[in-house]
Amino acid sequence: MNKELQLQQLVGQLRDGMTIGIGGWGPRRKPMALVREILKSDLKDLTIVSYGGADVGMLCAAGKVKKLVFAFVSLDFIPLEPYFREARQNGELEVMEIDEGMMLLGLRAAAWGCPFIPTKIGLGTDVIRNNPDLKVIDSPYDEKEWVAMPALKLDVALIHADRADRRGVCQIKGPDLYMDDWMARAADTTIVSCEELVDSETFTDENEARFVFWERTQTQAVIEVPGGAHPSSCTPLYGFDIPHFQAYNASAKEGGFAAYFENYIQGKTEQEYQAAVGGLDAIRALPLPVY
Amino acid sequence: MMATEYSLAELMICANASAYDNDGEVLVTGIGVLPRIAASLAMLSSNPDILMTDSESWLLSEPNPVGNRPADFKQKNETWMGFSRIFDNVWSGKRHLTGGPTQIDRFAQANISALGSDYKKPKVQMLGVRGFPGNSICHANSYLVPAHSSRVFVEGECDVVCTIGYNPERLPKGYDFDEIDVRQVYTNLGVFDFRGPNRQMQIVSLHPGVTVEEVQENTGFPVHIPENIPTTAAPTEAQLELIHRIDPQNLRAKQLKDNPPGVRS
Repeated sequence: MNKELQLQQLVGQLRDGMTIGIGGWGPRRKPMALVREILKSDLKDLTIVSYGGADVGMLCAAGKVKKLVFAFVSLDFIPLEPYFREARQNGELEVMEIDEGMMLLGLRAAAWGCPFIPTKIGLGTDVIRNNPDLKVIDSPYDEKEWVAMPALKLDVALIHADRADRRGVCQIKGPDLYMDDWMARAADTTIVSCEELVDSETFTDENEARFVFWERTQTQAVIEVPGGAHPSSCTPLYGFDIPHFQAYNASAKEGGFAAYFENYIQGKTEQEYQAAVGGLDAIRALPLPVY
Repeated sequence: MMATEYSLAELMICANASAYDNDGEVLVTGIGVLPRIAASLAMLSSNPDILMTDSESWLLSEPNPVGNRPADFKQKNETWMGFSRIFDNVWSGKRHLTGGPTQIDRFAQANISALGSDYKKPKVQMLGVRGFPGNSICHANSYLVPAHSSRVFVEGECDVVCTIGYNPERLPKGYDFDEIDVRQVYTNLGVFDFRGPNRQMQIVSLHPGVTVEEVQENTGFPVHIPENIPTTAAPTEAQLELIHRIDPQNLRAKQLKDNPPGVRS
């Protein structure tokens, strides 16, 4: 089955009001080219589930987000994401703020077809008080109460991988796959952008197949977008773009997101975006982060 | 040999490092420059059984120095440890974390999420609760506060309670507060814990020249004052040497306002 799509076909796969999970972590391996397509579209009222970085900030700033399921939104070296912050401080967002691990459990519950997974995480905190829909239940096996972390069922997961073949075999060779495998499994439809579309032969080598973390049944579409994680990182291919993030962060104080959007995204193809940020070679030359 | 000249940051690092002396074989995570140096110092001295990560995806047999490293630097990996596996570790309880919350209240509850009384429209949105709820109910936690003030040690409850602490009104059914392991708090004024009467925050030691009055004036709730209050132990020359090795670019000098000396002049 050939699952290859072109980037401009992405939005046709999405609908207003969908729940969309976004892979990656903070400023790391975010499917930003896919996010930019959403920013340019008329899509609205989305529920976003993300270990958030600029993906969340930009979608909030563009008014695409009705509800955000999050544990944090951060660019790491810039701890506070400027546009997420603005959206929250303006009272614009409906939120489900949960612990990082609870999000993982919610994705697993969705992947496994369970309505919830019991956990002690969140007990005694405002996670319970601020999420009245989050139920605390008795255990059939002990005297303690437990949080029933509900399944976070996704209509769509958006993920950026290193390589994929047209059947949807996706490879992540970076040091961490984050929760991308669970995002893929929790979603009805998983759409993966990748640095490179490769022949299926590539995975014959077990040292390549070992870096495939979910089966192709969990991937419904693949889109080749070299550099498509920019300005987030795609280790080991490129680091995150520190000057770009700094300019993005500064834009919140001067000009606002409209100015950033106009400079880099509005009316531009991904190729034009990349030209505006220095070109693919410059992206691929971005130094890897040191933690 | 005790050092005679050291910075307050170095004193706080050594105090924080001592948190892990008796932890045995647990994952230690120090969030931020000073806690990370402290965790590394402990692993290189008082507790070599500690596990530490590279803050990315590997467990290390020897901590990485902080800051930029030479191009030929090779870190000593021992185990792959991606983020999903961090949760497996957290939930096992075999971890001790030192974090740096923006607010801590009298119940030892901490906040890194948001400030303000209206949760729907926070005055200041910060990070979000991150992993704090899970950390607090699963394993040991300490905190490091660079500027001890009543803005951090707040009068009421934290604006967003991100961790389970010792508030009786929030005790979950079937739980005992003995299961909640808030260890110590390291500030620019002293070392504290929540083992005073009724789990009240108390002074464990004060840094050289700091008075009880100064602590109370800068804390939004009453602090328990034990009869004997030692002075925080000065770093040893050997500790300072290790700290220099862990932090060759002296990032620690930029963590406290004006990088004050450990012994007030």
